[in-house]
Amino acid sequence: MSLSPRVRDGSVLLTGLVVALVALQLSGLAFWEGLAITLAIFIVLTVSLNLANGFTGVFTLGQIGFMALGAYISAILTLPQQAKSAFLPDLPGWLAGISLDQTIGWLPVGWIAATLIAALLVSGIAALVGAVLMRLSGPFVSVATLGFLVIVRVVLLNADTLTRGSRAFSNVTRYTDLWLAFGAAVLTVYVVWRIKRSSYGRAMFAQRGDRWAANSVGVSVLRPRLHAFVISAFFTAVAGSLYAHFLGSFSPNAFYFDTTFQVVTMLVVGGMGSVSGSVIGATVMLGLGEALRRIEDPTQLYGIGGIIIASVLIAVLIFRPAGIMGQREISLDRLFAPRRRDRDAERRGEG
Amino acid sequence: MNEYLLQQVINALSAGSLYALMAVGLALIFGILRLINFAHGDVMMVAAYIGVFSLASGMPLPVAIATMILGTIVVGLLIERVAYRPLRGAPEVALLLTSFAVGQILQNGVLLLTRLSGRPIQIAFPAPDVLSGVVNVGTLTISKVNLGSFIVGVVVLVLLTTFVSRTRLGLSMHAAAEDLDAARLMGIRINFVVAAAFAIAAALAAIAGFFYAAQTGQINPYMGFTPVLKAFIAAVIGGFGSLAGAVLGAYVLAFLEVLPTALFGIADIIPAGSIPPELHDFLAAAFPAHLSGYRDAFVFVVLIIILLFRPNGLLGGRTREETP
Repeated sequence: MSLSPRVRDGSVLLTGLVVALVALQLSGLAFWEGLAITLAIFIVLTVSLNLANGFTGVFTLGQIGFMALGAYISAILTLPQQAKSAFLPDLPGWLAGISLDQTIGWLPVGWIAATLIAALLVSGIAALVGAVLMRLSGPFVSVATLGFLVIVRVVLLNADTLTRGSRAFSNVTRYTDLWLAFGAAVLTVYVVWRIKRSSYGRAMFAQRGDRWAANSVGVSVLRPRLHAFVISAFFTAVAGSLYAHFLGSFSPNAFYFDTTFQVVTMLVVGGMGSVSGSVIGATVMLGLGEALRRIEDPTQLYGIGGIIIASVLIAVLIFRPAGIMGQREISLDRLFAPRRRDRDAERRGEG
Repeated sequence: MNEYLLQQVINALSAGSLYALMAVGLALIFGILRLINFAHGDVMMVAAYIGVFSLASGMPLPVAIATMILGTIVVGLLIERVAYRPLRGAPEVALLLTSFAVGQILQNGVLLLTRLSGRPIQIAFPAPDVLSGVVNVGTLTISKVNLGSFIVGVVVLVLLTTFVSRTRLGLSMHAAAEDLDAARLMGIRINFVVAAAFAIAAALAAIAGFFYAAQTGQINPYMGFTPVLKAFIAAVIGGFGSLAGAVLGAYVLAFLEVLPTALFGIADIIPAGSIPPELHDFLAAAFPAHLSGYRDAFVFVVLIIILLFRPNGLLGGRTREETP
């Protein structure tokens, strides 16, 4: 039986991931489990940011605003009934009656429903925002979407009846486990990778490369950008729901510029336009960030981690602007049996 | 009632001057390099820290201010040399990301130094005697900081305009903003012109930082974020790349910001009986006081509207490539 290389690579990677997750769960190492869940969430964020930014070249900075909305909407929906009346007493009646905290066996169906509702609502918001903002280009779209991030934050801080304002939103049930987090990550990677290989994806890349040329052969500029923006917002909202139900307690500060910068760094380091690059970028930068945090505490050099990560970003932008992967994807064939020709083409200049 | 409105006008003029000082620095650099220098707010933050430590070391005020301006210029030049020069000609988004990274380095660098010296993250910025207290003009009470920032802002901006339009270096900047390559072919030393632009922007940020810190009374490593966003909006309103536009945009923004603060909750301020009760009820319903918290959201909605309908700003400026 011969499988196509794509199916074979996919099943090899998936089996490897499942084995690793089972091993991690059996080991009972809570710290590493938490780190793995965080990694899965950041993979979802980076891969979906890649869809919005890397594929289309429209560099949005407001995605974390969608994460925030996903987190708050899903958390309001899953809050158990008695916690809800004590914790958010001023909720409108119809919302106060909803508690999606049902589980069937180990499967939190309520959480899944809440996450889907949140992600769909956020996609609707993204469609409205995107229809307006995707008309802009260059650095202007970056700052306008950053403006959207600020608007979301202002709304979260002021709509106390729904969000408790700047106070912590707590009492959130911790549904997020290894399997839900990595399930979402695998789904996101799969969907975005399929989009890259589809005509939608090619339209996105075409208008990124040369929008006048793309336009002249009948590829719309606005439509692929809008598709990318809305689908990206959907998965970003899912990541928000995962994050909310992983932390159990959060405030608007968790979803602001620091997180934006973190995910942007992962994207640029991994390579804009490469799905596997985003996974690598998220893993490398989260690992580096965690390692630096362990240096900061004993040495009391608070801030050194931020300096090093920002310096890494500048170095990548100067010396390897396409990031680790550029627009290429990992293929196991090339990884384990590199052909001379490919290697020469890729490693030109390295000796 | 009239006093209340006048008070708001004065607040707007004072805030507008600070925004203008920052926005002009952004527009100057963007005009030449097409770089949105997001680290500009953090340069302002560094200036405020240099100011605090200079004053705390017992320097007389003029010496402390000179130290602050010179120190900030050095920081600005260093950033240009180390981070931006290797990326000259890179895509605009790469430049923007670099400026984010530079901002993070400045924030974390200041955090590191304050923590190492055993200070808290939030430091008080004692306003110097000249700027503390109030001035009474008729029935109006104006704080000296507000008055000072307005006057100094206007004077500095006038000096800058003269410099840019009258001196050889200023004209070189114009030429470089018009067309970098052509300017180079005409024998203008681009590196020198760019460095000069960064030095001027840093000096303006230092002055803005001094007054901003004196107004808020305290400084922290993250204080630069909001001012640089505001300065960006001001530059967008005025049309990015035009200095006069940036100044105009700054004052327009300041008045836009005062508007919701003045409007929402206006019914509580108007004395009962001075207007018909129906009008009073309407104002109370249309502009409830609790919505004034949304001020920053309002400002950004305005930004987005301007970007969409007048992408070249109120005064025009260079034409931008339009999306087909």
